[in-house]
Amino acid sequence: MAKSIKIRAKEKGGVTTVKALMTHPMETGGRKDKKTGKTIPAHFIQEVVCKHKGNTVMMAEWSGGVSKNPYISFKFSGAAKGDDLELSWTDNTGKSDSMTSKIK
Amino acid sequence: MSNEMKRRIFLKRSLAAGSVGVAAATGLLAPQQVLAAWNKAAFEAKELSGALDALLGSSDVSESADIKVKAPDIAENGAVVPITVDASIDGVESIAIIASNNPVPLVANFVMGPGATGFVSTRIKMGKTGDVVGVVKAGGKLYSAKKEVKVTIGGCGG
Repeated sequence: MAKSIKIRAKEKGGVTTVKALMTHPMETGGRKDKKTGKTIPAHFIQEVVCKHKGNTVMMAEWSGGVSKNPYISFKFSGAAKGDDLELSWTDNTGKSDSMTSKIK
Repeated sequence: MSNEMKRRIFLKRSLAAGSVGVAAATGLLAPQQVLAAWNKAAFEAKELSGALDALLGSSDVSESADIKVKAPDIAENGAVVPITVDASIDGVESIAIIASNNPVPLVANFVMGPGATGFVSTRIKMGKTGDVVGVVKAGGKLYSAKKEVKVTIGGCGG
């Protein structure tokens, strides 16, 4: 699977701001196909985990109510420039992806 | 007719047709459960209090002025509504974002690690006009703040 995650993490004054974009259809399971009238099966990211040095700094649980190609941003302290930051997601069909980026 | 217009009409129609199918549709989420950690009960709850009970073990929430929910007053496109929850409370354990009028009200729950601050920003879908509630758990207690967002075109597609 092509890389579906973009992360940008920036450290300033001890606080790291993380911004991440994921590519995912985020189907709720409630939408219908216009042509066939059939319900489009649910397909959305259920879990997002962000780790710094093996410690989980943020773990998110989502429903299909998060927009297509989700964007998240959050802040945490205790990281330094150059540290690795790993972000991964798992969706309701069991697919997952992860990406590691350096904090700037 | 432009594609954009077609899409809008489609959204409107599917929204109208969809409200009947909402109960069935949310049930459809169940068969493909793969993650044990994912809180199925909380995400299936149809009401705010039920979702909070299942998610956080309590629906005893007090409103707090220390939490700011940033969202647009009017969201022209309900499929993408930017939401920011910023809590200036110490020791934030988790932040839940709830769109009270959505078929699945609980949109997201962010569990914050020890170093994380009470700030989270994302984009959500909203089916119709309603309150966006940010529920922050800190020191074992629940605090909330809300903001009404008017939605012109629903984004849940049903």
